[in-house]
Amino acid sequence: MTRLTAWFSEGRSTGKHTLPFVVILLSVTILASAANLFLPADSIFYVSTYTITLLGKYLCYAMLALAVDIIWGYCGILSLGHGAFFALGGYAMGMYLMRQIGDRGVYGNPLLPDFMVFLDWKELPWFWLGMDQFWFAMLMAVLVPGLLAFVFGWLAFRSRVTGVYLSIMTQALTYALLLAFFRNEMGFGGNNGLTDFKEILGFNLQADSTRVALFLITAILLAVIFVVSQKILSSRLGKVVLAIRDSESRSRFIGYRTDRYKVWLFVYSAVIAGIAGALYVPQVGIINPGEFSPINSIEMVIWVAVGGRGTLIGAVIGALLVNYAKTRFTAIMPDAWLFALGAMFVLVTLYLPKGLMGLYGQLKAKRNTVMNKESQA
Amino acid sequence: MSTLDSTREFFRRDQVWPFLAPEQAAVNVDNQVILYVEGLNLSFDGFKALNNLNLYVNDGELRCLIGANGAGKTTLMDVITGKTQCDSGTVFFGQNHNLLNKDEAEIAQLGIGRKFQKPTVFEEQTVFDNLELSLKTDKRVLPTLFSRLTPTQIDHIDEVLKTIGLAKHRFMLAGALSHGQKQWLEIGMLLVAEPRLLLIDEPVAGMTAQETERTAELLTSLAGERTVIVVEHDMEFVRSIARTVTVLHQGSVLAEGTMDQIQSNKDVIEVYLGEEAAAGEQA
Amino acid sequence: MRRITLRHCIALCCCLFGLLSLPSSGAESTSLDPLLVELGEAKMKDVEPILVRIEAASDDSILPLFRTLLEGNLYYIEAEGQVVGQFDVDGQTVYKDVFTQQVRSDLQKGDVGKIRVNNKLRGYLRNAMARIQLTAKSPSVRERAVRELLSKLDDDTVEVLEGLYPNEPNKKVKDVMGLALAMSTASQTQLAPSNRIAAIEKMSTSLESDVRNLLNRLTRDDSAAVVDAANVALEKIAQRVNRFAFVDQLFFGLSLGSVLLLASIGLAITFGVMGVINMAHGEMIMLGAYTTYVVQLIMPNYIDYSIWVAIPAAFLVSGLMGVLIERLVICRLHGRPLETLLATFGISLILQQLVRTIFSPLNRQVSTPSWMSGSWEINPVLSLTLNRLYILAFALLVFIVLVIVLKKTSLGLNVRAVSQNRNMAKAMGVKTNWVDAMTFGLGSGIAGIAGVALSQLTNVGPNLGQSYIIDSFMVVVFGGVGNLLGTLVAAFTLGIATKFLEPTTGAVLAAILVLVFIILFIQKRPKGLFPQKGRAAE
Repeated sequence: MTRLTAWFSEGRSTGKHTLPFVVILLSVTILASAANLFLPADSIFYVSTYTITLLGKYLCYAMLALAVDIIWGYCGILSLGHGAFFALGGYAMGMYLMRQIGDRGVYGNPLLPDFMVFLDWKELPWFWLGMDQFWFAMLMAVLVPGLLAFVFGWLAFRSRVTGVYLSIMTQALTYALLLAFFRNEMGFGGNNGLTDFKEILGFNLQADSTRVALFLITAILLAVIFVVSQKILSSRLGKVVLAIRDSESRSRFIGYRTDRYKVWLFVYSAVIAGIAGALYVPQVGIINPGEFSPINSIEMVIWVAVGGRGTLIGAVIGALLVNYAKTRFTAIMPDAWLFALGAMFVLVTLYLPKGLMGLYGQLKAKRNTVMNKESQA
Repeated sequence: MSTLDSTREFFRRDQVWPFLAPEQAAVNVDNQVILYVEGLNLSFDGFKALNNLNLYVNDGELRCLIGANGAGKTTLMDVITGKTQCDSGTVFFGQNHNLLNKDEAEIAQLGIGRKFQKPTVFEEQTVFDNLELSLKTDKRVLPTLFSRLTPTQIDHIDEVLKTIGLAKHRFMLAGALSHGQKQWLEIGMLLVAEPRLLLIDEPVAGMTAQETERTAELLTSLAGERTVIVVEHDMEFVRSIARTVTVLHQGSVLAEGTMDQIQSNKDVIEVYLGEEAAAGEQA
Repeated sequence: MRRITLRHCIALCCCLFGLLSLPSSGAESTSLDPLLVELGEAKMKDVEPILVRIEAASDDSILPLFRTLLEGNLYYIEAEGQVVGQFDVDGQTVYKDVFTQQVRSDLQKGDVGKIRVNNKLRGYLRNAMARIQLTAKSPSVRERAVRELLSKLDDDTVEVLEGLYPNEPNKKVKDVMGLALAMSTASQTQLAPSNRIAAIEKMSTSLESDVRNLLNRLTRDDSAAVVDAANVALEKIAQRVNRFAFVDQLFFGLSLGSVLLLASIGLAITFGVMGVINMAHGEMIMLGAYTTYVVQLIMPNYIDYSIWVAIPAAFLVSGLMGVLIERLVICRLHGRPLETLLATFGISLILQQLVRTIFSPLNRQVSTPSWMSGSWEINPVLSLTLNRLYILAFALLVFIVLVIVLKKTSLGLNVRAVSQNRNMAKAMGVKTNWVDAMTFGLGSGIAGIAGVALSQLTNVGPNLGQSYIIDSFMVVVFGGVGNLLGTLVAAFTLGIATKFLEPTTGAVLAAILVLVFIILFIQKRPKGLFPQKGRAAE
């Protein structure tokens, strides 16, 4: 009996989608990659490199949506500044890629990136040191967003800033970073950002094989992060996090220091966003301050809202669907996209508060009751 | 003392580094008193919610707090559990824990449980999860992440489920429970945490007569092993459980004693029971 | 009694008549015409006496004629016995009446003959013009004339000034004249140093740049005493200039504060009092600005009055839009602030795109009424632009009106009741739905009015609102939610702080620093500068 209870109490979890998700994700990725590499370009099953890159971009967005969902869907903290963590991760990768250009830039300076030569700088700023090492740059891609999230979260959650206040604070955070990164004096390429990358770890970034490899790595990392997050959220820590979302003060009165839980979850979420950013930059080939703009961060929230917050699979589905729609819309009628996006915000919050996953759950429940009735009859 | 001993003493972790010392020393109740509240003052915008309040509760006691609305009962509980900061005064748990410099979570971890006036449970989680969350365990982040339920803990939860009569509903979402069941669940969450001191705010509001009786039984059975402080408006209920009653009035203690003593106390009759007595006479 | 009134009426009529007839008197008066004919037909050597007679017969309204003559552009129409100015407009030769500037398109080159001037006449004309201006009726014209002379003091002008100085009735003009004389004294090296030092001391009270130039020149003077005095005077002037620079900065800070106040005051109502997060607040401001643009399109000939139409129009447009949003979206999301935030953000996207579709994504030009353009020159180093000054006053006015509305009207009472305890207000018979819609409409309408004001300062474009939304949230949060006075203090504090940071850090870094400061401040005091206290705040 007790063992049964234990099994139930752990197995009750929301993890029933995990295995199918990982299987579908990886098989689609591998099939698409194989179709790109091994099929001739005139085959009807051929997947163009453009599509591969686009899919890779979507997967980065899906990872970012996971990060937003973990903090918003599970812990009730609406962050309107996750774009900042994403962009910081992206900048770390961008700096590494910049250093890889070496003397192949327009000015041919072996040490300084082009924009620094243009600004007439004589030496590399201290924060660019070490960025030519891949391991170091990747460490920074998770460390910098994580540290920023820790400092911000520690200050905010300890003084019990919650709800809308916190959302606006996070928005102000990313806005401040946006302004800062626009400045040439910051040493991050100012308005133009970092671009014209040549190669990563010695592989040519324009080559099909590199593109496919990046796509595969993104998919694998997404799967890993999905499974790890699922594990974390179905542990007792996940229950505490849900408890904080539903009644933070009650959680405190049964002895949980909710601020610490929130800080660590926020850091975890920011690190995922940083990884997503680092994977995004080599695939799209540019990172600029626009990634910090508040509208980007708020768009991520709508991906999660459309898919269904509080379910990891919902966040992924939402990110894929909305971004696919964006690609289609901006190609056919660019003006209409903002109307569609705006309408999506309004309609989803009004009529689909639990997103598509919630709708799916409702439909399934309805079918079950109908079937029960039929079987009774 | 030999050199070895003094060296050993010197390298005792908890002596050298204060922050390595175990956070929770056992509650010292050598003087039989578990809660000392002295000279407590608190005002909201000029309204004195607590006015030089003094209260001592013995270890293992069942104490009832009564008083009109605004007498400061709930505010007192807020101060004890760290929800509200007071302006001046001291609150000690045992002889060694100053509650005023601790936050809600630390106070809860010391073994002070609280039940609110309005039942608050985690509505999106099952009854079982609600109880699991309340277990007396290490509540830091990492231990919580890697914790597993031990068979003993599961047995303990089962036991509590039986006590509160929710054994059949263990996998029901707490939000789907009736008001009375939520009250019970909240009491269950207190029980499963095995606290030294329970602060219970209006436990029988919204309960049937039968349930009220069961609650009374439960609370009296808890006393002795644990210390219980109950705030209640239902005088019948208070009469059925109380050994000592404290009457609060305008933020300070008006009278203290057994129910009979209280009922014959002039001041009390005037400010509190008097109204009820008068109402009773009219009826 | 009756007769007195009548007499008053007559007096008033006379006054009015006098006022009306004033502009028509002057150059066109018939007495000049024969002189002009003489001027046109005279030989070069006879011109000067005629000019003397013209100068004696007229006042400062003759200046255009003299200026035209000085520039060699004055022509004589023999057939009419009239003079006319020849001007070069876009490579075309155009004849204009020198007094009225009316174009005479009927004239051909052959119809006119040039009135020639030589150097002697030019010298005479220059002095005559200075004399005419210095003796002009209006003190402000006289003052301006003297000020213009400060940079080109020569013996002749000094002589004229010395003659006029003792009899000058206006104190301000007299001071400037005194300054000019002091400058002349100070620069004459043949005078005794003590006289020159006294003159320098007199100059040290002035802020004119000409004075500073002269003093700088005097620091290289041969006399050591004069050099010392000049240095002391420069020091003294520098201190005053700094003080006025400080005032100038303060004014810009206050101006930014007033913009922030206008932008956030509507939010202080919807967010602060109602607790509704409206991310489309910035777009309400934008709608107000576009309303101003449309009003000016409708009445292009009455730009000066368009503001008075635009203010109520913007209030209505934004207010109605606010009511619409409240009824359709926000009221259904009651008690779910995060969802409200997202839905209103969606609305803001739709509104922006709507404006882009209707008016194009480019910025639109909104003209400033003439009475708002220009600036108020307090002294040579401090001049306050009028539009900023008006907007500062306007922001305070809106604030006061709003406070009165909330404190004294029944709507205000209802709003406060609903914001404090919705259920109780409902139980007391307050129509909470109606109050919500009205409050939201009021907040949005005020945002619209803010848009009218902002259209006078910045470009009107679809992104106008976006740039203010974060700032205005910061102001409301910093001031303390639900506290209008807090919003006022916060707006001006942040405005002034930003402007004082800017010279040392640059505009962008100043904005960042202010944001970071607020983020840290909110950590420390989550309830803002003026928090609501007590049980109600829970």
